Amino acid sequence: MKRVVITGMGIYSCIGKNLEEVAKSLYEGKSGIGIDPMRTEYGYRSPLTGIVERPELKSLLDRRSRTCIAEEGEFAYIATLEALKNAGIDGDFLEKNEVGIFFGNDSSAKAVIEAHMIATEKKDTTLIGLGSVFQSMNSTITMNLSTILKLRGVNMTISAACASGSHAIGMGFTFIRSGMQNVVLCGGAQETNFYSMGSFDGLGVFSVCIDEPAKASRPFDAARDGLVPSGGGACLVLEEYEHAKKRGAHIIAEIAGYGFSSNGASVISQPNDAGSFTAMARALEDAKLKSSDIDYINAHATSTPQGDAVEAIAIDRLFGNTKPFVSSTKSMTGHECWMAGSSEVIYSILMMQNSFIAPNINFETPDEFSQKINIAATTINKNIDTFLSNSFGFGGTNSALVIKKFK
Amino acid sequence: MTREEVIQKVNAFLVEEIEIEKDLLKDDALLKENLGIDSLDFVDIVVIVERNFGFKIKPEEMANVRTLSQFYDYIESKVKDK
Repeated sequence: MKRVVITGMGIYSCIGKNLEEVAKSLYEGKSGIGIDPMRTEYGYRSPLTGIVERPELKSLLDRRSRTCIAEEGEFAYIATLEALKNAGIDGDFLEKNEVGIFFGNDSSAKAVIEAHMIATEKKDTTLIGLGSVFQSMNSTITMNLSTILKLRGVNMTISAACASGSHAIGMGFTFIRSGMQNVVLCGGAQETNFYSMGSFDGLGVFSVCIDEPAKASRPFDAARDGLVPSGGGACLVLEEYEHAKKRGAHIIAEIAGYGFSSNGASVISQPNDAGSFTAMARALEDAKLKSSDIDYINAHATSTPQGDAVEAIAIDRLFGNTKPFVSSTKSMTGHECWMAGSSEVIYSILMMQNSFIAPNINFETPDEFSQKINIAATTINKNIDTFLSNSFGFGGTNSALVIKKFK
Repeated sequence: MTREEVIQKVNAFLVEEIEIEKDLLKDDALLKENLGIDSLDFVDIVVIVERNFGFKIKPEEMANVRTLSQFYDYIESKVKDK
């Protein structure tokens, strides 16, 4: 099987608009959480969200492209530009080489709701306008980016709830490893407009720590009261090793293993330690590594009482003897949902490149489960050779990725 | 609405919303060949005209509209009919 390396990455998030800004925020334990007054007006139980500014694209894209791209696609586009630059890939390369794309995305609410409002008022669908259909489909990111970049390889969106971005990398890894593609852009993106999270908020699972937004997301802490939704865009360039070597690309890291599972449970929203365990164990086995080889685990932990507990149980079961450092960067970013599985791989690679473990901020009091795992509550200066990144989603979908330094 | 006002409003949305270069907006300019307006742009033009002039363009009425001047004529006649 072919080796799969990462030769580029780009990020646009609530803790920074590029790799450099994000690395600094991660090291400093800076929160990107704030209040969106529109959510209060719309009837949300919690107005807390990651604050992500809409990028200005007028100087970068023509009108047609801007009309057809949804908010999460804009985030993804900016991240992809950085990833391509980072990988030394330009328009000429894209023209001469077959490049594919897998992005994780599982909603595009704004265009759907606005189209409904126009149709309700005008009773005429031809007054909805051009952009809506291309903005409202789940595949909006891949359909827009593949058109803008004129891609000719595999082209599809992975919808797997909060594991979408991780499975997208897993799919790119699988396609390259099997020899079907040499270069695939993999990532995830998440909208942050106030329409996008209303029904999720309605479940009552968002933190209501409104007085102190930076303290609201507190994965694994005994006082956690729910997650904080967030968003942005993340993109990685996955490449077959010999292909990368031949073109003289800088190799950032190697994808060593991908593990997945489904919980087989009957409650749609309920996480499950057995399913999480299976995904992690499978990723390790795929990477031909032992639990003692993992230096750091970027946990899925979103700051919900139940989810964090079952993940802590699963981590303890698999890593109880070696106790690698664990942190959830969602403590700073909030839950980037469809994007999280990709962005958190980038966050972890930034830690690996700069030899530190980003803190699980707001971890002040362990509970009976989190006390059994080795949570980094503050920034730790430490070499990372290999890390594991977890992502779990509604419907019991689980994904785990093992990434290592390229040697 | 006078013809001058129609021209001013049409040119304004063609420049600002469809992003056609102002210099191209000549009376005899062909909508498709010179201004680059294709069927997808036209989906948005229907929406913009409804918003700006309060009527809905019917594609069959546009069958013989090829130049910008003819487009002004069409808008002007529809506005007068209202």
